[in-house]
Amino acid sequence: MSDRAFVAWQKLALGCAILEPGSSAKLKTGDWKSLAPKLDEEKCIKCGKCFTYCPEFCYSEDKNGFFRADLSYCKGCGICANECPTEAISMGKEEK
Amino acid sequence: MGKRVGIEVSLAVAEAVKLCDVDVVSAYPITPQTHIVEELSHYVANGDLDAAFIPVESEHSAMSAAVGSSATGARTYTATSAQGLALMHEIMFIAPSMRLPIVMTIANRSLSGPISIWNDHSDIMAERDTGWIQIFCENGQESFDLTICAFRIAEDKRVLLPVGVNMDGFILTHMIEPIEFMDKAEVKAFLPDYKPQLTLNPKKPVSMGPVGVPEVYMEAKKQYEQALWDSKDVVKEVLAAWGKHTGRKYAMVECNGKKKAKTVFVTMGSLGETAMTAVDNLIAAKQDVGQVRLRLWRPFPKEEMKKALKDAAKVVVIDRALSPGGVCGPVATEIKSLFYGDKNAPKIYNIVAGLGGRDVSVKDFEEMYALAKGGKIKDDYVIWGVKSNA
Ligand code: SF4
Ligand code: SF4
Repeated sequence: MSDRAFVAWQKLALGCAILEPGSSAKLKTGDWKSLAPKLDEEKCIKCGKCFTYCPEFCYSEDKNGFFRADLSYCKGCGICANECPTEAISMGKEEK
Repeated sequence: MGKRVGIEVSLAVAEAVKLCDVDVVSAYPITPQTHIVEELSHYVANGDLDAAFIPVESEHSAMSAAVGSSATGARTYTATSAQGLALMHEIMFIAPSMRLPIVMTIANRSLSGPISIWNDHSDIMAERDTGWIQIFCENGQESFDLTICAFRIAEDKRVLLPVGVNMDGFILTHMIEPIEFMDKAEVKAFLPDYKPQLTLNPKKPVSMGPVGVPEVYMEAKKQYEQALWDSKDVVKEVLAAWGKHTGRKYAMVECNGKKKAKTVFVTMGSLGETAMTAVDNLIAAKQDVGQVRLRLWRPFPKEEMKKALKDAAKVVVIDRALSPGGVCGPVATEIKSLFYGDKNAPKIYNIVAGLGGRDVSVKDFEEMYALAKGGKIKDDYVIWGVKSNA
């Protein structure tokens, strides 16, 4: 029998609870997208709509005021690109 | 020792819950459970019980609120019946998986349809595999006593699982019986404060009830199923402690009638008392008959049940629920599988009786005995007393 489990049942916390706050950040959920957002800094007006609308909370503001998506959590839904008022975000193949 | 009072059993159960000093009651009224939660809401309104009473909009919410409340570390109680229990079904699985020691009274009532408010065990049998500890009471005193025991069992560090206390709807809930009460100090001496292991507390954040991906789900299930099996020892301990504390002794499996009797009835719930009278009558008529009463349905006390039945030649298992299209009724299924492959297995008969509030009398048990003794029961199970033209 191959071992398909993460951990022995005796080692699970009571009721399968998660005891470490924020540990879900360790789980990279963005490995199944087919398209990724790409920012055109020329067009961006730094309004933050992409940050507000992204359902995966991928965006954060960098020191220059641009909003950058952390693609390791991006599912490629394109909401950010749709909501951007200046079409500064385009959806395309992820650049590795 | 407490006072002996003639009282409706539902009110005695409410008193037991009050004596356990619960923090939260979340409930929706449904016949025949209503008097229990109605009485509890009076206690809260009058200031006799310092608890939050959550008058929810449905049983799905009653159980959901109970889960949330118990997760904060509050001692939590609810009660329901039949369709109400069915509406809780989805959340019934959540409580044991989150290891929440909720106590719930189930005033057993048949599930519709046809629409029925009367008693049988179809409601709880549909919840059999939810992972709850399931106890059956035979009379009013037991309902009072086992309600208090249920909190101690549920909250034990080795258990931390919800407990369902089953009492037959109307037959027990609406009966006036002499019940020996206890005072608060006596209950406090028996029932320690609940010390939760994990709680929803912003100072020490935990995520309870997260998703169980395929790499975790089976281990999570195994964890609480093991706790359910391990709870058997705790049930035994708590019942023994209760016996010492009050002088009223209960076991998970109890025998009466002739020792090593040839023919033995197995009952669960209030029918045990009717069967007991029948067994007394039959013994007076020089019959070799006994009775085994099953008080703990989950976890199933395998060893105890097998020991209780090992000398019997014929076993008559009474089920108060039908498993349509199944091999036999739920209790008989367990007992037959207990003896599977055993060369000395008794002949096991199954009688499904008392559905939807149909009376089962002492005379019925005497007739069942005669049929079993004569080897006249041929089918896998018999639906007792069903009127037929054939
Ligand atoms: S594509 Fe969707 S998930 Fe990815 S950054 Fe844009 S809004 Fe977020
Ligand atoms: S929504 Fe468009 S314009 Fe606004 S911050 Fe994001 S990328 Fe820039």
